[in-house]
Amino acid sequence: MTSPPTPYPRLHALGDAAWIVEFGNLIDEATHARVMGLAQALEAARVQGGWPQVLEWVPAYTTLTVHFHTTAAADVAHEAAEELLALARASAPLLQPGRCWRLPVCFDADCAPDLQALALARGLSLDDAVALLTETPFRVYMLGFQPGFRTWAALPAALEMPRRSTPRTAVPERSVAVAGRMCAVYPWRSPGGWHLVGRTPLNFFDARDVQAPAWLQAGDQVRWLAVDRERFDELERCTATSGMVRSEWLAPPESAP
Amino acid sequence: MSGGAKEQAVNGEAGDRAANGQAADRASNGEAGNRAVTGEAGDRAVTGTVEFVQPGAAVSIQDRGRVGHRAIGVPLAGAADPLLMACANALLAQPADWAVLEVALLGPTLRAVGAPVRVALVGDLAPVRTPHGGAPMPLTSWRSFTLQPGEQLAVGPCRSGIAYVALAGGVAVPPVLGSRSTYARAALGGLDGRAPRVGDQLACGPGQGAELQSPTAWQHPHATGPLRVLPGPQEEHFDAEAWQSFLGSEYSVTPDADRMGLRLQGAALRHVAGMGADIVSEAVAPGAVQVPGAGQPIVLGVDAQTIGGYAKIATVISADLPRLAHARPGSVLRFAVVTREQALAARVLLAEALANWVRQLGPVRAHGEPDEAALYASNLISGMIDAGE
Repeated sequence: MTSPPTPYPRLHALGDAAWIVEFGNLIDEATHARVMGLAQALEAARVQGGWPQVLEWVPAYTTLTVHFHTTAAADVAHEAAEELLALARASAPLLQPGRCWRLPVCFDADCAPDLQALALARGLSLDDAVALLTETPFRVYMLGFQPGFRTWAALPAALEMPRRSTPRTAVPERSVAVAGRMCAVYPWRSPGGWHLVGRTPLNFFDARDVQAPAWLQAGDQVRWLAVDRERFDELERCTATSGMVRSEWLAPPESAP
Repeated sequence: MSGGAKEQAVNGEAGDRAANGQAADRASNGEAGNRAVTGEAGDRAVTGTVEFVQPGAAVSIQDRGRVGHRAIGVPLAGAADPLLMACANALLAQPADWAVLEVALLGPTLRAVGAPVRVALVGDLAPVRTPHGGAPMPLTSWRSFTLQPGEQLAVGPCRSGIAYVALAGGVAVPPVLGSRSTYARAALGGLDGRAPRVGDQLACGPGQGAELQSPTAWQHPHATGPLRVLPGPQEEHFDAEAWQSFLGSEYSVTPDADRMGLRLQGAALRHVAGMGADIVSEAVAPGAVQVPGAGQPIVLGVDAQTIGGYAKIATVISADLPRLAHARPGSVLRFAVVTREQALAARVLLAEALANWVRQLGPVRAHGEPDEAALYASNLISGMIDAGE
């Protein structure tokens, strides 16, 4: 019996110095495990001195992007393409057991400028929308966009909305945002095209913590905990002054969605 | 400013520590052996200081960028035009990627404190130096010069593109996650991730050998042509009509333009029905041309976010990334598709052009030490070719 041919993994050029290795087009744990498997294979090879032409790699939901050095001597990315694809095919999936977190979010209107419109567009009451956001255990798939930006899946289909057709030029720092089936936090004030549905008082990135500047890791599980404005302000002050003991926000493990 | 003296003292200390740290970093990386010019240690041992008398506007400390942390969401940052940064460092006979001050709008006014310091200026600037107790003297860019204690240098407005100010010994701030580059959105690197302020101080050496100058301004060999791109990664999200608009019309840079990216305005690029503007979020890179739903493209810059979820019609080739740094609101951009072979040829040409530019540096005649200076310049060429990468 032969299985149908799969187009994955396959390469897409991101300019002349990077390849995007695509493992599928759906956000799911199996595809993500392939992404993390290739990242681990590259890491293991690098420890042995392999892949010297590689600058760094960036895991996402369904892709691992490999950035190469650019030199005037050769098109090193192009020369490495076949070998990279072979490694992508050969590397075993990696499912990381993550930690569980219960993290505070304020859903008040000034913290959540798009929540009302999103609920309306999807035929939900505000309370229903908040309930969906807080009852869903999200798995951390990706660290990115900005330092501390964490992207979670999967948002319930009832809250699914495409990104804004024109991104905002300024999103307030620590906004909790959704787009498509994803949920994330903007840790810093920045432009952004997601819908803003809440705000967390926590700071998910601290460069002074040299060992682990990023609070969350791929594989971690997060549930949002609704807090009122008073508690939000209190935690925000605490974050600003003394920092936050991360382990206080650990939660007992629960089953994945 | 209140508490100025204390703040200055603290800044001074930080600068000293950083200077030692920078030397140590480089020694451990083997860079000192490979690339540094003779006498670096001596240069660092004798340091004066430059103090910000005026902070300027859109000024940031940059080096080659924060490589290796994009997997946890930390953008690359770094000099928006690394070739121009290399030119500034070449005028001080020091490695191409030592940290410099990047000036996008208005350059700072700096004062030498404590000991003579040497600085270099590159870019479209109209600098003025004012000796202690003396009259202001207009200067030219594209040279290095020594400031005596008390002397002030007004770097002045950057009249087009961007400009760099290099300090002898490199800008000595503490590296954060392996780089001194300022990433302002997350307050990383540089001076605590912020813009310079009045009273900030940076360690600066006296330089070595002759002051150097260039008879010509550095110019990218493809400075005026269209921005060259490779299609994709999501080229199939755009139909023939969109591609015709993208390659056949002009796009102007809107006021929403900074180191993170340039929002453009021009013919809207419609997405193929059923594919749309949204993709599963994946890594982006400087030079990627994102097209959100409204169809107006955004070209990402050196401070690009690490991940993006809009379809990317094309990506600017690495040889043309430095050119993006010189676009300003109102600039008109065009795009042209090239092959990988052409992208490589462009890198080769760029590296050669930079090597040639460095080769023609010579001593400033009034202080003539021609042989020594020429030697510095020729020794630098191999380093400069790396910088052209």
